Amino acid sequence: MYLGEVIGTVVCERKYEGLQGKRLLIVQPVDHRRQPSAPPEVAVDTVSARRKDLVYLVGAREAALALEPHFVPVDSAIVGIVDSVDA
Amino acid sequence: MTLCKVLGTVTSTAKHPAFSGRRLMVVQPINERKRPVGTSFIAVDRACSSGPGDLVLVNREGNGARQLLKDDRVPIRSLIVGVIDRVDA
Repeated sequence: MYLGEVIGTVVCERKYEGLQGKRLLIVQPVDHRRQPSAPPEVAVDTVSARRKDLVYLVGAREAALALEPHFVPVDSAIVGIVDSVDA
Repeated sequence: MTLCKVLGTVTSTAKHPAFSGRRLMVVQPINERKRPVGTSFIAVDRACSSGPGDLVLVNREGNGARQLLKDDRVPIRSLIVGVIDRVDA
């Protein structure tokens, strides 16, 4: 899992049926100092995150497990909004 | 699994139900000489036994996490599975 900052949204009308109604956000992965750590990516939102929120994400197969139904083609999901990082 | 140093904790109110009651740590991957390598990331501390400054062993793969957490639907991928006493290298 890793930290990221929400930098935008993606609207996608035609998509795989398991993804209907799911919000897609553009996220910039960051380290604990909020410095970019990888190229931006599109993630499915499960916690109603907003632009500029610091969030944490889960990648790979586990991203799909955050969704219902869980057999869907996603590879990153926002699973929490960060209140604070003490590091 | 990777060697990591615990940098601190992450607090979060709005989260996926699978994360409620779990302790989230910021960890920095390190090499055998305890030098940072790569980017920090987030790991669940299952036993709630690590603290800032500790060297830990992190399993970064979902199947092991599902086995340890005894839940085959849990969206967790990085898990602290040990606190390191010593590294001889």
